[in-house]
Amino acid sequence: MEGLQLWWEGIQKQFVMNFIADDRWKYLRDGLVVTLQLTFCAVLIGIVIGVVIAMIRSTHDKNINEMHKGLGSLILKFLNFIAKVYLTVIRGTPVVVQLMIMYYIILASSSSKLLVGTIAFGINSGAYVAEIVRSGIMSVDQGQFEAGRSLGFNYVQTMRYIIIPQALKTVLPTLANEFIVLLKETSVAGYIAMQDLTKGGDIIRGATFSPYMPLFAVALIYLAMVMFFTFLVNRLERRLRNSER
Amino acid sequence: MSGNEALIRVENLQKHYNKGVIKALDGINTEIKKGEVVVVIGPSGSGKSTFLRCLNLLEVPTGGHIFFEGVDITDAKTDINVHRQRMGMVFQHFNLFPHMTILKNMTIAPMKLQGKSEAEATEMAMSLLRRVGLEDRANAYPSQLSGGQKQRIAIVRALCMQPEVMLFDEPTSALDPEMVGEVLEVMKQLAKENMTMVVVTHEMGFAREVGTRVMFMADGKQVEEGTPEEIFTDPKSERLQSFLAKVL
Repeated sequence: MEGLQLWWEGIQKQFVMNFIADDRWKYLRDGLVVTLQLTFCAVLIGIVIGVVIAMIRSTHDKNINEMHKGLGSLILKFLNFIAKVYLTVIRGTPVVVQLMIMYYIILASSSSKLLVGTIAFGINSGAYVAEIVRSGIMSVDQGQFEAGRSLGFNYVQTMRYIIIPQALKTVLPTLANEFIVLLKETSVAGYIAMQDLTKGGDIIRGATFSPYMPLFAVALIYLAMVMFFTFLVNRLERRLRNSER
Repeated sequence: MSGNEALIRVENLQKHYNKGVIKALDGINTEIKKGEVVVVIGPSGSGKSTFLRCLNLLEVPTGGHIFFEGVDITDAKTDINVHRQRMGMVFQHFNLFPHMTILKNMTIAPMKLQGKSEAEATEMAMSLLRRVGLEDRANAYPSQLSGGQKQRIAIVRALCMQPEVMLFDEPTSALDPEMVGEVLEVMKQLAKENMTMVVVTHEMGFAREVGTRVMFMADGKQVEEGTPEEIFTDPKSERLQSFLAKVL
């Protein structure tokens, strides 16, 4: 009985030391804000890059055999080549390494870590989003494309008004999943001294020399966020399924 | 353009695959005049759909020329998008846009391509919907319609662009039998209003009743061409005779 009480008092003490004293909980709060900012901005960049890359890739795959040889097909082949290199390099190297290359080499002159992090994670996410969106574009029935063209829409208009909206609707749940993955991946932002959620917990650990509380707290916050967003994705999926019928 | 000149003139049209090993179209020549209803019949694999899809370059021919309103649309310098706006097309599988309401399906092209205001486009769409008896479905989505309704919508969607010619690619082949009639009825109506039509179909009754000219194709060639009377009651070639023996 006495042992239990001692244990409980120990936990209380730990809690006070790690989170209450010196307002240490603010490291977690500020870190959480950084993590969410980073994830949201990066996913937006990722979607823009991803849609563009997906359009280039699927345009190439669908049309290159039927195109007349000339400047147009040459440009398309070149763009497709660039897109493939981008996909291979980004998906073939660790995101931490990309982040550090961006921070220490490519954008070494930038003073905003948030900007550097957003760009690095955005470019990384774009590669994964591109393949998701491409699968969505390829899944839209070819007849939709022909119907658009037969009305007089040009290629880009057909993509914009008819194909992309349908493709995005199909892959929306998968895209939302990509957001959840990214949320966890940003935990390596501490490598460029960004004070995100993970780094916030680590700072507390460094100050109090007690690893349990801060690290479990960080893990718990990630878990809660992931569960919340997963719940939203599932609801979204159900909604989309119902509207299809 | 004078009234007697052909609306569409096809010269030695060819579509080859595998560098000429497969000849889906092998030298088609024909003229389609304003107000004509040309019905294309033939066994499956005869190239009739390919022929139709070449007329608006959904299928790019490998040889020959197509003149539409006097312009060679097979010329690489021609902007085909402009000419496609004047050629409506109806597909076997309807191809309505599932993410748009019926009204939006019909108004998007006139608004984006002809610069019509939403009010103008809506007014025209509604009057066309009334003509096919579907005005109460304007705000429904395609998935809520029956096959016959979808195809009637597909026809009026094409009509919204006020085309010079309508191309029909087996418009009733994907329909349940009891829905074929309602679609054919709309097409008959259209023919009565002097719309120029090219129709690929297996509906011999329609060909006979509505067609001004019937074209019989086999193996990528036009084997016989004539009035419905000539084709159906006095077939000359053996190919046509054996085809008609099977379908009639």
